[in-house]
Formats: sequence, C-alpha cells, structure tokens
Amino acid sequence: MIELVCPAGSLPALKAAVDNGADSVYLGFRDATNARNFAGLNFDEAAIAEGIRYAHQRGRKVLLALNTYPQAANWQLWREAVDRAAGAGIDAIILADPGLMDYARNKHPGLRLHLSVQGSATNYEAINFYHEQFGISRAVLPRVLSMQQVEHLIRHVKTEIEVFGFGSLCVMVEGRCALSSYATGESPNTAGVCSPAKAVRWQQTPKGLESRLNGVLIDRYQPDENASYPTLCKGRFEVEGETYYAIEEPASLNTMELLPQLVQMGVKAIKIEGRQRSPAYVAQVTQAWRSAIDACGDGKRRFAIHPSWSAALDRVAEGQQHTLGAYHRKWK
Amino acid sequence: MLKLALGPVLYYWPRLTMFEFYQQVAESPVDIVYLGEVVCSRRHELRLPDWLDIAALLRDAGKEVVLSTQALIESGAELTTMRKLCEHRDFLVEANDFGAVRNLEGAGFIAGPHLNIYSEPTLAVLARHGARRWVAPLEMDRSAIGTLLKTQPAGMESEVFAWGRMPLAFSARCMTARNRNLPKDDCQFSCIDYPDGLIMDTREQKAFLVLNGIQTQSAACCNLVRVMPEMADMGISVLRISPQSRDTLEVVAAFDKVRRGEWQAPHAAVMLEPLAPGGSCDGFWYGQPGMERVA
Repeated sequence: MIELVCPAGSLPALKAAVDNGADSVYLGFRDATNARNFAGLNFDEAAIAEGIRYAHQRGRKVLLALNTYPQAANWQLWREAVDRAAGAGIDAIILADPGLMDYARNKHPGLRLHLSVQGSATNYEAINFYHEQFGISRAVLPRVLSMQQVEHLIRHVKTEIEVFGFGSLCVMVEGRCALSSYATGESPNTAGVCSPAKAVRWQQTPKGLESRLNGVLIDRYQPDENASYPTLCKGRFEVEGETYYAIEEPASLNTMELLPQLVQMGVKAIKIEGRQRSPAYVAQVTQAWRSAIDACGDGKRRFAIHPSWSAALDRVAEGQQHTLGAYHRKWK
Repeated sequence: MLKLALGPVLYYWPRLTMFEFYQQVAESPVDIVYLGEVVCSRRHELRLPDWLDIAALLRDAGKEVVLSTQALIESGAELTTMRKLCEHRDFLVEANDFGAVRNLEGAGFIAGPHLNIYSEPTLAVLARHGARRWVAPLEMDRSAIGTLLKTQPAGMESEVFAWGRMPLAFSARCMTARNRNLPKDDCQFSCIDYPDGLIMDTREQKAFLVLNGIQTQSAACCNLVRVMPEMADMGISVLRISPQSRDTLEVVAAFDKVRRGEWQAPHAAVMLEPLAPGGSCDGFWYGQPGMERVA
C-alpha cells in the first residue's frame, strides 16, 4: 500500500493526521531550519516529544523537515537541529542541503535520510548522487515532472520515491526559486518562507481591493472576486497589454485521479502539502486520501473517486480550483 | 586582478546572431566564457558541434572556455545532452544541477549558481567531488559570500553574478508559450522573438519580472560595477557578466576599465546606467530585497 504522508504545523494537526489515517506525519522545528517558518507554527522540544509518542503508540511515523539551506554565518544551527532530531527519536529527517546530509550521514549513520523537494532533484542522476554520497533512502520529487518522466525516473533509482498528491502548488522548481527574496529579501532557501506575511499589505482602493508584497502590486480584486493570499507567482500581471495569471493561477494540485497509475509505477509515498494549514484541513484531506488509497489498494482494481472525497478536497482547495499540474503534459 | 567571465546566453538568439556575438567576444577583454543552452532543450539554433566550434574559436583567442549544463534537467534526452557535455573533457564544465555533479567527479568542474552553495560544509562536499570554482547563489549577500571566502578550500576560486537580468526561477511551465496560449511541447519556439525575454509588468505598468521560457528573471538589471573595488578586496576571483542582446561588450569594456584602474567605479556606474535594461538593482549584495537599489 502506498504510504500517506501528511503535514503537521502543530500538535493538534499531528493528532488530526494520525487520527484520520496518515501513515507518516511530517513537521518542523520552530525556526528557520524548515521551509514553513511561519509565526505561530511548528514544534518545540516538548511538542515534538508528545507528537512522536502519540504517533508511535499508534504505529505511525514522524518525519522532520530540515529543508532550508544552512546559511554561511550560522550553519551550526542546522547541525544542532539534526542532533536534536536524532535524539528525539524521529523516524527520518528530510534534507535539501548536501553539506547537512554529509554531516547527518557521518554523525548519525543509523538515521534515515529523505531528500527534500527543496533539493531540486528532477532527474535520476541527481537522486543517485544523493543516494551514493549520503545514503538517501527516499527522494521527494519536485512538482515539475510529467507522469511519464516520474515513471522513467523510478526505473533508474534505488531510493524510494515520494510525490506530491495534494495542496498548494509550486509552479517553480522548489529550491530553485529566488522570486520571493527578489521582492522581499526572504526566500524558502534562506529563511523558510515564500512571500512572507510581514511583507503583505491589503488596501481597498477605488480600483478595487489591492494586495501588495513589499510595495509590488500582486493583484487587484473586484467586489465579486475571491481574494487570494498574494503569493507572488500567483498574481495577475500585464504582459504585452494583456492582464492574466502570467505565471500560475491560484489553484491546488490534486492528483487523486492518478492514484492507480502512481501506485502501479512504484511510487512509494504520497505527500500532502500544508503545514501552514489548520488541523481541520489536515483532518479533511487526510481522511479523503486515506479512503482513496484504501480503495485503490495495489492499483489494479477498478478505482473511482467517491463524490464525498472530492467534496472534502474542494472545500479546502486554494481558489477552490484543482489542477493536475505538470503531471498532465498538456499543462500550460 | 579580478577576472571577468561572460555567462551563458540565457535567451534564444538566431544562429547567426550567436556566431557574430561570439566573434566579438573573442576580441573582448573577458577572461572566461560560459557556453551552451542552459534554459530549454527545445531551443535548437545551435547544436553541440556548433558550441564546440565556438568553444575552439574562443580558446584560440586565449579565453578559458566552460560548457554549461542545463539547470532544469527532466527528460532522458536532456540527461543525454548533459552527459555528452560532461564527457567532453577538452573543456571545463559548469554543473548546474547535481545530476551533472555526479557525472563530473574529479573533473575539476565549476559549481554553478543553481547548486545552492550557501555554506562551508556544502562547498567542502563539492570541493571533495572536484569543484575548482563555485558561483554564489543569486540571492547571497556580501556578508555571507565574505564568510564563505574566508573558509573556502585552498585553491578554490569564487564567482559572483555582477551584471545582467538575474535568472531567479525555473519551472515545468513555459511562461512564454503560455503567453501565446500554446502548449509547452508545441511552443513554436516563441522565445526567439524576445532577445531579452518578455517583460511582465504589474497592473500599475511597472516592470517586475521577465519571462524567458521556463526561466523567470528579474526585470531590473543586477549591476555591481560600483562595488568592484570591495569585491576585489574581499578576494572574489571572478565577476560574471550575463549577456543581454545589446551593449554587452560595452559593459565588458567598462568592467575591464575599472579593474585596470582606468575608470573609477562610480564613474563606470554612471556610464553603465543607460545600458542596464530595466534599470539597475543591487539589493541582494546588501542583504536587501534583490529588486532594490541600495548604492
């Protein structure tokens, strides 16, 4: 059975994931060592200990994301985080930085390592590099590959492969995007944030409700339009006189209909995005995906998406829209 | 003395334009030239034998030639192209993803700007694998670069992106094809119509980013000519000038005059301002938002 990996930005979210059928839960420390470094989110030592206890008692796993890039001035902080994770009894750590993998491999040879999506490994040569050099057991694929490319890649790697199943969609290769730091000075790589909330300003104007990121107009909404968080690649811009979502619409990735194919091509785990989302989101999405995975089984039986699963996912989708993203080759 | 490098052409220029450009480059004062298609494998005006011809021309002109690998490698065909470059041990290779690094073990390669080298332990991993020069990530500031320079392995060279629209992001989606409502696999090679990329304005008509196929760039031009003396003092080895369709050799000439002491850096900054597409920015250098202009 394909493994369901669910997000937890807090202890209640972790419990919601476990209670609703997650096989693994991933989380981060409360600092810049992970790519969801948002105020009020993530785990301190006590919460991690409690989370691990809760999950392990129920036979589930806890993964820790240490997936930002250690910075020149204070890279020791990331090493300490690896030591803390190993000491806390985490089942695997999710890393993006080769220097940190090197450290983890040497200092904690028994600790299981996953390659984060932030490591930008989009081909099997890159994944094999991390496997050979640092003993990576699993790689999480960036959301840029087509189904055919995922299948081809799996045939050429020894590691397990995890793909994104649902959640907010990065249209850029994760770990290779400095758009946020270009506009705000902080990016996922350096600070664990994209389009940070502290740079956001909303203003009602005669032309409509405007969202800005460090002064840059990201979008403007008419009264009958739903306003979205101003993630900078998901605004409306003008190109050659035409105003449109020039980079990406606000939409959620949803690959549920591809589940049988993913299982059959040997994908080991499905990841749900959303450590920044509420326990209620985690509960709903986990429950829908648990049901779908159980129904799908080995991928060989007939699989149909139950309307109640779709309804649950629709309620929490960004912009109330879904896309297959790059998995679908015609995507443009 | 600081060395000057010309980065790979990030745009899709016609074949003849490209040959003419590199003939001029051969006579210019740059020390290092990076060659090859680094953005999109669908671009085919030049094939590997053409690049190797240009490489030979530049080497004969005394340049250090580096073949750059594509930053985002997905398909089997793209892997094949990357391996061919890496096997070509006549020239140095710049690795722009870790798949290329795997193929360059012990080859004395250049660790490109998209490998995310932010800290000493990661640079040590790459040095152990054979890197002889590293290029700082675009968003890395002077303090972080300075810290890394102090601890970099002996003999290691460093390089900083000093001029040009900055390659900030890569996507599975082709934004240029999307602009024309074309699928990526049938893009009709639209990039060839935009020799400096396609400007993306905000709804206030302010240039913000540039769409360049699957790559997204800054609309403003990184311009660090003003801090060349500081960069020389820090011990940075190489400055990268990223080609634009116009005035690139004038820019090279200005950087060359500053490094030789013929021009003062502030004077060069004034002279180069009209040549900066989208105006100058230098925010990343100072640890500020990259789009900002500090100096």
